[in-house]
Amino acid sequence: MANSFTRMMSGRHTAVILASIGAGTLASGYLLSDHVVAAAERTKLYPPSADFPDLRKHNNCMAAALTPTIYGHLRDKKTPNDWTLDQCIQTGVDNPGHPFIKTVGMVAGDEESYEVFAELFDPVIKDRHNGYDPRTMKHPTDLDASKITSGMFDERYVLSSRVRTGRSIRGLSLPPACSRSERREVERVAVTALSGLKGDLSGRYYSLGEMSDREQQQLIDDHLLFDKPVSPLLMAAGMARDWPDARGIWHNNEKNFLIWINEEDHTRIISMEKGGNMKKVFERFCRGLKQVEHLIQERGWEFMWNDRLGYVLTCPSNLGTGLRAGVHIRLPILSRDPRFKRILDNLRLQKRGTGGVDTASTGDTVDVSNLDRLGKSEVELVQLVIDGVNYLIECEKRLERGQDIKIPSPILQFRK
Amino acid sequence: MPFGNTHNNFKLNYKVEDEFPDLSKHNNHMAKILTKELYGKIRDRQTPSGYTLDDVIQTGVDNPGHPFIMTVGCVAGDEESYEVFKELLDPVISDRHGGYKPSDKHKTDLNFENLKGGDDLDPNYVLSSRVRTGRSIKGFTLPPHNSRGERRAIEKLSVEALTSLDGEFKGKYYPLKSMTDAEQEQLISDHFLFDKPVSPLLTCAGMARDWPDGRGIMHNDNKTFLVWVNEEDHLRVISMQPGGNMREVFKRFCVGLQKIEEIFKKHNHGFMWNEHLGYILTCPSNLGTGLRGGVHVKLPKLSTHAKFDEILTRLRLQKRGTGGVDTASVGGVFDISNADRLGSSEVAQVQLVVDGVKLMVEMEKKLEKGEAIDSMIPAQK
Repeated sequence: MANSFTRMMSGRHTAVILASIGAGTLASGYLLSDHVVAAAERTKLYPPSADFPDLRKHNNCMAAALTPTIYGHLRDKKTPNDWTLDQCIQTGVDNPGHPFIKTVGMVAGDEESYEVFAELFDPVIKDRHNGYDPRTMKHPTDLDASKITSGMFDERYVLSSRVRTGRSIRGLSLPPACSRSERREVERVAVTALSGLKGDLSGRYYSLGEMSDREQQQLIDDHLLFDKPVSPLLMAAGMARDWPDARGIWHNNEKNFLIWINEEDHTRIISMEKGGNMKKVFERFCRGLKQVEHLIQERGWEFMWNDRLGYVLTCPSNLGTGLRAGVHIRLPILSRDPRFKRILDNLRLQKRGTGGVDTASTGDTVDVSNLDRLGKSEVELVQLVIDGVNYLIECEKRLERGQDIKIPSPILQFRK
Repeated sequence: MPFGNTHNNFKLNYKVEDEFPDLSKHNNHMAKILTKELYGKIRDRQTPSGYTLDDVIQTGVDNPGHPFIMTVGCVAGDEESYEVFKELLDPVISDRHGGYKPSDKHKTDLNFENLKGGDDLDPNYVLSSRVRTGRSIKGFTLPPHNSRGERRAIEKLSVEALTSLDGEFKGKYYPLKSMTDAEQEQLISDHFLFDKPVSPLLTCAGMARDWPDGRGIMHNDNKTFLVWVNEEDHLRVISMQPGGNMREVFKRFCVGLQKIEEIFKKHNHGFMWNEHLGYILTCPSNLGTGLRGGVHVKLPKLSTHAKFDEILTRLRLQKRGTGGVDTASVGGVFDISNADRLGSSEVAQVQLVVDGVKLMVEMEKKLEKGEAIDSMIPAQK
């Protein structure tokens, strides 16, 4: 009895445990030590080998990286918020993946997940981010929009421009793990900060659970409303729990700066507008982000960030900048050219349908954005998109005139 | 999640008001019972395997329910959940099971000889007969909470028990994750194959984790006895056959269950049972007998009679479509089964089905002849 209590005393939640012992746990007949003893017994009965998931039919980054050895090292570890490896990988176990699309297959429950379970996260990150090694490399952050050149596209081709990223509030668990009170705290912190925005950024918040039918319809018509996740990738990671509690949308009066609260990440920040002025979109993006960061710092909060991983988000695929900068662009001739895919690949761009990820394009319009997230700064990635899109427009114009086009040489992956 | 969800202790850092779920738009048994005060009182508890109050209620928080259908809104993660969280689960059980009190005793009777009749339901009307129940295996946590290691151990024990059966129970086990295409086709056309749950009531309770690991189906060679392993409960046991011989179906059910239980007991893993709640299952709605005994029966005239629903209520029966729960009837054929689970025995519940269906078939025949049935309408059972 004394031994198990002594072990508990060294934990970070000593005060809480002492309080809960006094608060009636004894009365229920189940002492905290019963639970500790039971847990120890179960660990003996079920060694890691008994729990190792069957990943033979799986095709995701987690399944490719997880070995019985790594699982054995990590299964009984916990982050300071008591988040476990099994909880990180559940989504990848439940969703074997697609033969052509390699999903990530794991999520973080808190900032510390990336450290405590580094033995698995690091190879997954390396796999997903084209060789970026968190053990040896540093990620550059640069939100100085003044460095952008040629950021105005030919609007006969580019219909709209958009930049999005995510930000997590340090000290609060991430969407797969957060309790209701943590999620509500994220909402409070974010909404309080956003209410301090002024000028072209001033706006208002719409709580998902409390918006009126009219507000809801308006948000749908403006294509701003997000809905409860239905993707099994997100559901299996526990991100839809307690919906719609503490979820909402904030947007400025001009509807070109938008924040989603407590969807897949604590916050998703979006700057967008019709037309081809990507530089302006990025400038507002950076300005808004900096102001929001300043506003939360005034109250003692900060974003999750470190120089290994950049901005820390729920899904490893969004680490680094978490940035997707893209355009809706009409390329009727080029998009049908057999060289289109190779050109995009070499420019480090990807195409999506105009409904976003996993949709098909309508007509000749396609969504083109950066492939990379980690290892290059925001400025670098946006410049890369600008240069790449300008190149695509040049190709389209040349094909219109009956001239030939060249496949550009591939862009280097990382600065050494 | 198993092995000590001490994430619960971390949540205790936050005030009750901040953690209490918003149940203002909810319509399920859990939401009706759980107040902020009750939440505050029991939220610091855990079962020995680490199951917490938030785990119990998550499915009810995520599924506000239907204005007309009252779902339960909570599940057990292990046998001890019903004890540790009794302040919530006892009132939920009482609401769901017709006022069943914490001091009440549940009677178990699986002696098929005690059933009177049941072998003479008219096969011109009664197309098929079926009895199902669930069983949980002592020493393991339940589907919302168990780890892969536990689930596999349950499967291993179950396969050993089920494949050792002989006589009419002799059969084969088909693990979901390694059945061949041909086997899958056959199981589908026999209407035996169960699929990964899609109902958010189940997925939000964590019951579909790691699918299809550790899941499978055993059935006997005659295709009259079927066991699902690790779906919504550790075991779901089904006895069925075409026609109206419910007596035979029930006999096979009881005998099969007894044989299986003996084998589990030999391994010191008997079934979860106590004299208050009967057989312990994942969902509080299935406590007691966990038994649904029913028939597919042709009642085209009676089903359109003004008093049909009242007759069913008085007979303590319920109707479903022939696709099972939440489906519509096709061609006047209904699935008629017992409404009760807790507070009466298996024999008593099947007796209600047998007697009630017999009566309703006679009513149908009367209506066919253009005669009135008012004198036949029974008193409340």
